Amino acid sequence: MDQFLSNISLLFEFPIVNLKIIIDGVMIGALFALAAYGLALVWGVMNVKNLAQGDFVIAGGYVSWWLVQQGVPALLGVPAAFIVMWGIGWVAYKLVISRVIERDLFTSLLATFGLAIMMAQLMNLMFGSDTQSVDLGYDTLYFADGLIDVPIAKLIGVFMAALLAAGVIVFMKSSRMGQAIRATAQDARAARVLGIDTEKVYAFTFSLNAAICGAAGAIIVMVWIIQPFYGITHSIRAFVIVTAAGLGNLPGVIAAGLGIGALEQYGAHIFGIGYQQAIAVLLLLLVLIIRLIQQMKNRQVLK
Amino acid sequence: MMEKNKIILYSVVLAVSFLAPFVFPDFGTQLATLWLMIIVSLTWDMTGGQMGYNSLGNIFFYGVGMYVAAVVAIGLVYDVGEYTNASGGGIYKFTNEQYFTGLFLGLLLAGVICSITALIIGFLTFGLRGPYFAIGTLGVAIAGGELVSNWDWVGGGQGIALPVYPGDLDDGKIFFYFLFAIVGIVLFLFLRWFYQTRFGAAINAIRDDEEKADAMGIHTLRYKLITWSIAAFFVGIAGGISAFQLIHFEPLETAFQTINLGIFMVVCVLLGGKGTLWGPVVGAILFHVFKEVTWNYFLGWQWVALGALIIVTVVYFQDGVLGWLAHKKPEWFGIRVEEKSAEGSS
Repeated sequence: MDQFLSNISLLFEFPIVNLKIIIDGVMIGALFALAAYGLALVWGVMNVKNLAQGDFVIAGGYVSWWLVQQGVPALLGVPAAFIVMWGIGWVAYKLVISRVIERDLFTSLLATFGLAIMMAQLMNLMFGSDTQSVDLGYDTLYFADGLIDVPIAKLIGVFMAALLAAGVIVFMKSSRMGQAIRATAQDARAARVLGIDTEKVYAFTFSLNAAICGAAGAIIVMVWIIQPFYGITHSIRAFVIVTAAGLGNLPGVIAAGLGIGALEQYGAHIFGIGYQQAIAVLLLLLVLIIRLIQQMKNRQVLK
Repeated sequence: MMEKNKIILYSVVLAVSFLAPFVFPDFGTQLATLWLMIIVSLTWDMTGGQMGYNSLGNIFFYGVGMYVAAVVAIGLVYDVGEYTNASGGGIYKFTNEQYFTGLFLGLLLAGVICSITALIIGFLTFGLRGPYFAIGTLGVAIAGGELVSNWDWVGGGQGIALPVYPGDLDDGKIFFYFLFAIVGIVLFLFLRWFYQTRFGAAINAIRDDEEKADAMGIHTLRYKLITWSIAAFFVGIAGGISAFQLIHFEPLETAFQTINLGIFMVVCVLLGGKGTLWGPVVGAILFHVFKEVTWNYFLGWQWVALGALIIVTVVYFQDGVLGWLAHKKPEWFGIRVEEKSAEGSS
């Protein structure tokens, strides 16, 4: 307890530490937001809550890591992970997801949970259970007498995340497929009547989601660490962000992603790094309960 | 006629479960685990199958039960903090009397405290519907494991080592088998009665249409809380027995084992047939036998196989064995099917 208090008082004694925590949190939060955007996309378009989201992220990370082991430049890992995960997402859609879209929500949740267990274990068998990361070998920038350190690798990561997000947004707004996806999300039946092949749209959306996650994972492996069983925490973070922001609210997803990143860094600073997973999960419960109370206010009751 | 068949069925099941550990002494632990699976599957079905609230976090109560039972048993004799610090080193001896008092008091308190915890968590989460409830409860289970593994007083990530069963090791196996079996039989008989009462009808109404049930004057939250706390009571006791049976347990892989037992119970129920009395039992037996027979041959691929089994069960076989049987042989279940008369004039 004393340690927690002294950690908190440290924040007030050295305000500059706050800045460091927030910068760290925002940089990692940008990547959470990316995975959460994919989840919101799938959730909104085909009403599937994908618990394997985090495992797509980790799988993308391993694709990039494996390529670096083969001598490929690390930055090429991001597009490579995008393409490979697109394929894996398509296979997962055809084998599992396409059969649960029409079913009740618990079915899709459980089926994707099964997928998550399978993917985590496959990665464990293929790559081992050690934590892995890729060192880009760039310098670190120091500000404020070395209290704030910003590795250039992280800046590149955030830049690539922003680039990817911008690309996806432009694609959704202007391309024919993007329009079809948005139409399907609004009303799948009407979209079918108007001649949109919704099956193709679903497959495309899910593959796109997996690809976005894969690219996010390839960035995460450069700026952070990955491990086969970290997937579930990433999934839960994505759920926290989407639940907090609401569906179809892109600025909200980005803001919530950055916020979660910062909150987690604060939690890790105050309670210690061992609590990081617990904090991510407790944030989920907090967000769910807050949402519940908000909805209770709107509920109409006859007395 | 039907009643007579049932009596025969029940006596055969009772006789088999009574004789099993003596006929197959080598499989004592496996058989005990089978009862554990049956208990957790039956309790999962109370909320998942009968009430329509699919929880992914019932394993939380298993973990809480384990820790409560262990802490009570140790706390009666020694200081818990010191005991866990020494990781159960040789200096801490338990007499027979201390062991059994700790065991039974621990199990009782494990059940009671899990019930109370279920009331509190249920009060917070039962407003969540469908998948939100599942994710929320999964969050509770994961958070529980993570928090306990950072809590040094109960041993942190190391877990707790309990005293060994005093007396012969084989007697211990049979003792724990019968503890599980008695809890399982009591639970089954209780549920058999419970689902026939008005209360059972009310929770089925909640599953079928919660808004309508509310409108009919059923106080849904109260029914949901009571059902979940009963389920938690039995899971807590089962967790407590496991703690003593396993002797040593640690938080993430044993107590709050979200992806092992936590997901097994759901698969068992789906495999056997959701929302039926016998479904969870049949599912647990099938799953456990499948698992024990095949597990060793997969060499590290067993978890991949488990994930595949979940997907296949959920996607292709969601009605379960009993659902499939009820479809094929409705007369076995007392369901009368009106044949469409071909003559057309009746």
